[in-house]
Amino acid sequence: MTETSAPLSTAQPPLVKEKLSRDDWIMRSCMVVIGLFLCVFILLPLYTMLSKSVENKDEAFIGLANYIEYFSTPALFWSAGNSLTIAILSTVIVLFVAFIYGYALTRTCMPFKWFFKVVALIPLLTPSLLGGISLVYWFGNQGVAKGLLFGETIYGPIGITIGSSYWVFPHALMIVITALSITDARLYEAAIALRTSQVRTFFTVTLPGCKYGLISAGFVVFTLVFTDFGVPKVIGGNYNMLATDVYKQVIGQQNFQMGAVVSVVLLVPAIIAFSVDRIVQKKQVALLSARAVPYEPKPHRVRDMSMLVFCLIVAAMILCMLGMAQYASLVKFWPYNLTLGFSNYDFDVMDGGGWDAFWNSLYMALYTAVIGTAVIFFGAYLMEKGRGFGTGRSIFHMLAMLPLAVPGLVLGLSYIFFFNNPANPFNFLYGTLGILVIVSITHFYTVSHLTAVTALKQMDPEFESVSASLKAPFYKTFARVTVPVCTPAILDVSMYLFLNAMTTVSAVIFLYSSDTTLASVAVMNMDDAGDIAPAAAMAMMIAYTCAAARILHAGLTRGLLKHSQAWRNR
Amino acid sequence: MDSKSAHKPYLKITDLTKKFGEFTALDNISLDIFESEFVCFLGPSGCGKTTLLRAIAGLDIQTRGSIEQDNVDISALPPTERDFGIVFQSYALFPNMTVDKNIAYGLENRKLPKDQITNRVRELLDLVGLPEQGIKYPAQLSGGQQQRIALARALATSPGLLLLDEPLSALDARVRDHLRGEIKDLQRRLGVTTIMVTHDQEEALTMADRIVVMDHGLIEQVGTPEEIYGQPRTAFVADFIGTMNFIPGAVTAAGTVSVGQSTFQCDTTYHANGAPITVAIRPEDINAQDIHDGDSNVVDAEVKSLEFMGSFYRANLIGPTFGDGDVHADFSVNLVRRKSVAVGSRLPVRLPAEYVQIYAANGS
Repeated sequence: MTETSAPLSTAQPPLVKEKLSRDDWIMRSCMVVIGLFLCVFILLPLYTMLSKSVENKDEAFIGLANYIEYFSTPALFWSAGNSLTIAILSTVIVLFVAFIYGYALTRTCMPFKWFFKVVALIPLLTPSLLGGISLVYWFGNQGVAKGLLFGETIYGPIGITIGSSYWVFPHALMIVITALSITDARLYEAAIALRTSQVRTFFTVTLPGCKYGLISAGFVVFTLVFTDFGVPKVIGGNYNMLATDVYKQVIGQQNFQMGAVVSVVLLVPAIIAFSVDRIVQKKQVALLSARAVPYEPKPHRVRDMSMLVFCLIVAAMILCMLGMAQYASLVKFWPYNLTLGFSNYDFDVMDGGGWDAFWNSLYMALYTAVIGTAVIFFGAYLMEKGRGFGTGRSIFHMLAMLPLAVPGLVLGLSYIFFFNNPANPFNFLYGTLGILVIVSITHFYTVSHLTAVTALKQMDPEFESVSASLKAPFYKTFARVTVPVCTPAILDVSMYLFLNAMTTVSAVIFLYSSDTTLASVAVMNMDDAGDIAPAAAMAMMIAYTCAAARILHAGLTRGLLKHSQAWRNR
Repeated sequence: MDSKSAHKPYLKITDLTKKFGEFTALDNISLDIFESEFVCFLGPSGCGKTTLLRAIAGLDIQTRGSIEQDNVDISALPPTERDFGIVFQSYALFPNMTVDKNIAYGLENRKLPKDQITNRVRELLDLVGLPEQGIKYPAQLSGGQQQRIALARALATSPGLLLLDEPLSALDARVRDHLRGEIKDLQRRLGVTTIMVTHDQEEALTMADRIVVMDHGLIEQVGTPEEIYGQPRTAFVADFIGTMNFIPGAVTAAGTVSVGQSTFQCDTTYHANGAPITVAIRPEDINAQDIHDGDSNVVDAEVKSLEFMGSFYRANLIGPTFGDGDVHADFSVNLVRRKSVAVGSRLPVRLPAEYVQIYAANGS
C-alpha cells in the first residue's frame, strides 16, 4: 500500500457518464439510420415471409398446417432431397477441381499462370443462366455433342450439376487460393530438413494448413448451389429443386403461402451452413496470427507439366461454355442455318424486354455500385471507428452479416410480401427501379461490408485519436484520410456490387415490373419462351458489360496505385 | 519537487477506477501532476499505465473518479473538448498527406490564416530538426524522423498537456537514445507539461522529473528517478528497476537484522521485532575496498563466477551469510586487477547500512 492509492473507502465515487461530443452524436445517428435501413429492408421482410408461412390464403393464422401439408406432399418434399443431392455432388466436384487448380496456381512453377487466373474468373462475369444455355447447345436435344451422354438427358441432374459447378467454380477457387497462399515456407523447410517424403509433407503440412479454407469453400459452394435458381430453371427439365419450386408456387400457382414454406425450407440449411462457416473462419484467424515467410515454389518438371495439362482441360471447359454461348448467339437458325449474323441481338423484336432491359440492368447496376458502396463503406466506418456505443455497434454488425445467410430468391419473395402491402409506407417502391437497387444492395451487403471492415481494420486505430486531439471533426478525417487510404477497397466493393447486380437473377425475379425488366431476367424469359439464341445473346451482352467493367476497374486501380505510390509504399 | 507541491497541481487525478467487465485495470488511483513537469508512467505490460493515459486523454473514459486539468473538471469530456496533444508508438501519421500537411492538420481546424499556418509549420520543422522534409510523405522518412514529425504535429496547436504513449518503443536502440535526449530537451525548452508511458526503465530514469511506478492497476511509488532507484518503497519497485539482490532474513532488534549467520545494521523503522523480512541491496552498492577491522555489515564471500561486462565485472558471490542463493556484486576493473580477484577468491565485502533496504518477507 502506498499513500497515493487511498485505502478502500466505503463510499465509492459515482460512476462517470461520458459526455458525448457532437461527432459522437452524428456518428451514432448515422449508424442508427443505416441500421434501420437494414431492419426495414431485411429483417421486416423476412419476418413477413415467416408469418406468411403460418397463414392460410385468407391470412388467418393456421399454425404449422402449411408445413404439415408440405412434408406430406411427396412431390414437394422430394425437391428438398434433390437440392441436397445436387448441392453435395457439386460441392465435391468443385472442391476437388478448385483445389488442384488453386494448387497449380500457388504452389507450382506452371507456365501461363496469368492466363489460367483470368479464365477461371470468367464465370463471375456471366449470369448463372449462361452455363445452362451453353449446355443446351452442347448436349441438348439438338446439341453438337449429345452423343457423349450415351443416351442420358442433359435436362436434369447431370445438366444442373455441370452448370452449377461451372458458375460456382471461381467462388471456390478464390477461397482456395487465399488459403494456399498463406502457408509458412518455414514449415516446408522443416519438413525437408526432417527428410519427410513429398506425399507425407502434403498430408501433414499442406492439407492441414488450408483445411479451414477448404471447409469454408465447401460451405460457400454448397449454399450457392443449394439456393441457386438460374441453372435449374434453364436446364432442370422435370427435375424439381427447392428454388424452382418456390418460383413455381409463386408465379405458376399463385400459392404464396406454400412459396413461403418452401422458402423457409430453403433458408434453414443456408443459415446452418452460414453459421458453421462463421465458426470455422474464426478458427482460421487464430491460426494465422504468427508472421509467416511466403512460400516460393521451385520448378519440378513432371509436376508442373501434369498441372498444366489439368489446368488446360479445366480452362478449355470454361472457354467452351462461354464460346458456345457466343457462337450460338451469332448463328442464324440453330442447327439448320449456321451462317453468322447479329439478328439475335435485335432484342427489340422479341419478347423479354428488348434493349430497354439491358439499359435498365446497366443503370440498376451503376446505382447499386455507387449508392451501395457509399452506404456500406460509411456504415462499416461508423461501426469500426465509432467510440463507445458497444451494443449498438454489435447489433449493427449482426444486421450486416445477416444478408449472407439469406438466399436471393427468399429475399425477393420476402420483398413482395412486405412491399406489395398497400398499408406499407414503402409501398410506392414496389415495381420501381428503386426496389431493384435496394434488393441488390441488401442481398450483397455482407461481403461488401466485410471487405470494407478488413480495409478499415488495417488502418492505424490511432488516426481517430490523433484527429480528436487536433479537434478535427470526424467527417474531415473520414474524407481526407480514411477514404483516400481505402480507395482500393472502395473500388473493389463497387466492382463486386456492379458485377453481382448485373448478373443476379434470383434476387430480382419477383420484383421487376414491365417497365423495369432486367437483362438477366430477359435471358430467363426468352429462354422460357424458346428463344434460346437471343437469350444467349443477352447473356453475352451481360458478360461483355461485366468484362468491360472489370477492365475499367483494373485500369483505375492500377492508375490510382501508381499515382499514390509515393505514400503507399512502406 | 517540494517547492512545487505548494502550488495547485495542473492535473489532479482523484480516486480513478477503470473496469473492463470484471477486470480492474485501474484501482482507485490518485495522482497530482504539476505545471511543466515531465512525468513517466512506468510498469510492466498490463499494469494499467496506458489505460491511465487514455483516461487522461478521454479516449477510454474511467469508470469512476475525477480528473481536473487547469482547475477544470474534465472527467466526462470527450477528447475533442480536452486540451492535449498526443504521440503514439505507431506514429499515426496520415500516410496520404505530406509532412507539412500533417503538421498543419490541427492548425487548419483552428481556422488560422494560411500564411500563419505556413510559418508555424516551418517553425515546428525547425524545432524538431527536420527543416527540409516538409514536402515528403511519411513513408519516405525513417522511423525516428516520423516520430519527430508526430511530435511536431502534436505540439503545433500549443496544447497545455503533451501525452506520449511509448513513443520510442518502435525505434532502433541508437535512434532511441538520441531521440530520448531531444524530446527531453524540447520539453524543457517549451515547458509543456508532459506525461510519457513507457515500460523501459532507462527511458524513465533519464527523461522524467518524476516517475510513477505502476503494477496491477495500482501506483507502487511516485518519486524522482533518484528516489525510485535509491529508495524503492516496495519489493516490486526494487525488483523492477535496475538489478537488486534479495536475501531472506529476520529483524532481531531495532536497527539489526539477521541474515544467515551474520547480523547487519540497517533501518528497521517499519518492521516489528522478529518479523521475517527480505534484505535488498544493489550489486554496485556492495563494497570490497577500504574495509577496516571493526566495520559493521562486513561478511566473508567467495567468488563463484565472474562475468566481464565491459566497464566492470559482475561477481557471483556465495557464502554462509547468503544462504542458498547467489549475490551479485559489481567490481570495477581496477579493483579486480589490483586485488587479483578470480574465481575461487575469498574476500570480505561490506553491505553499507545506508544502501540496504528491507521489505516484509510476504512479498511486499
